[in-house]
Amino acid sequence: MSNLALGYLSAGIGAGMCVIGVAMGIGRLTAAAMEATGRQPSAAGDIRTGMLITAAMIEGVAFFGAVVCLILSVKS
Amino acid sequence: MGLLRVLPLVLGAEAEEQPSVSDVVFGHVTDSKVLELPFSKPIKLPTWNYTVAGHVIDFGPTKHVVWMVIAALVLVVFAWGATLVRGKSLVPKGIANLVEMMVLFVRDEIAYKTMDEHTAHRYLPYLLTAFFFIVFSAGLGLIPYTATSVGNLAVTGTLAILTFVLMQATGIGHQGLGGYLLHLVPSGVPWWMFPLMWPIEILGMLTKTFALCIRLFANMIAGHIVILFILGLVYLLHTPIVGIASVPFAVALFLLEVIIILIQAYIFTMLSALFIGMSAHAH
Repeated sequence: MSNLALGYLSAGIGAGMCVIGVAMGIGRLTAAAMEATGRQPSAAGDIRTGMLITAAMIEGVAFFGAVVCLILSVKS
Repeated sequence: MGLLRVLPLVLGAEAEEQPSVSDVVFGHVTDSKVLELPFSKPIKLPTWNYTVAGHVIDFGPTKHVVWMVIAALVLVVFAWGATLVRGKSLVPKGIANLVEMMVLFVRDEIAYKTMDEHTAHRYLPYLLTAFFFIVFSAGLGLIPYTATSVGNLAVTGTLAILTFVLMQATGIGHQGLGGYLLHLVPSGVPWWMFPLMWPIEILGMLTKTFALCIRLFANMIAGHIVILFILGLVYLLHTPIVGIASVPFAVALFLLEVIIILIQAYIFTMLSALFIGMSAHAH
C-alpha cells in the first residue's frame, strides 16, 4: 500500500483505539462512583464532583489522541 | 481532506468547483477573515500588516477576534447590569439572583475548596473571569452565524498561559524563588531521587498547562464538527431522506453541547484553582 493510504488507515485505527480506551476508563469510573453512591447516598454530591472532574480529564486525553488522528488524516 | 475531495466526483456530483462537505465544515469551524452576517453579504475584515522583527504580521481582526470582543461586551453588560439591578438592597432580585448564584458557586465550590480564604479572595476575580468568559463565548457560538472564540488554539492557549503565570507568581510570592524551586518536589521523597524527580516536576507543570489548553479547545470544537458532519450526511449521501434521522440527532447534540460547555468551564476553573492552590502551599 502507498504511504498515503497507510497514513489514512492509521488515522482511522488510531481514533478507534482511542475511543475504546476512553470508554473503558470512564465506564469503570462511573461504575465505581455508582457503587460508592449506593453504599452511602448522603455523599452523592461529593462523589459526583470527583467523578465529573476525572471524567473530563480522561476525555481530555482522548481528545488529544483524536486531534493527532485528525492531523494525520488531512495530510496530503 | 484529499480523500473527501474526491468523494463527490465518485458519487457523481455535477460540478467540480463545488466545495466538498469537509471543506465547508472545516471552513465553518476554523478562523477566517470573512465575517458572515444573516440577510447580507459577508464582510471582509481589514488586514493591518506590520513588520515585527523581520516578519510581516497581520494584526487585523479575524472572525474569532470579533466574536471574542462581542462576548466580552455581553459579559460586561450582564455582570454590571446585575449590580445595577440589585441596587442597595440586601436581597437580590431578578437577574442579580442568577449572577449571584453563579458567583457563589465559583467561590464556594471551587475557590474555597482548593485554596485557603486569603488566597481565594486574591484569585477570585481571575477564576470568575475565566469561568464566565468560557460560558459566554461558547454559548454565543451556538447561535447560527456566530463563531466560538474559545474554539481557537490561541485563545485557550492564552487562558492556559495566564494560569501558568499565576501558578509561578503564587509559588514565588508565598515561598520565595529558591523555596519554590526547592519545594517543587513533594516532601517525603528520599534525597537521592531529587535529580530524577525535579525535571519530571517541571515537565509536569508544562504538561498540565498544555493539557488545560488542548482539553478546552478540543471540547469546544468537537461538538461543532460532529453536528456539521451529521447534517452534512444529507449532502454526502445525496438523499434528503437522511434528514429525518439526521436533524433530530443534530438537535440532541446541540443540547449536549450546552451541558459540555458548562462542564468544561467548571473543569477549567477548578483545575486552575487546584494548580494555583497547590503552588501556594506545596509544603
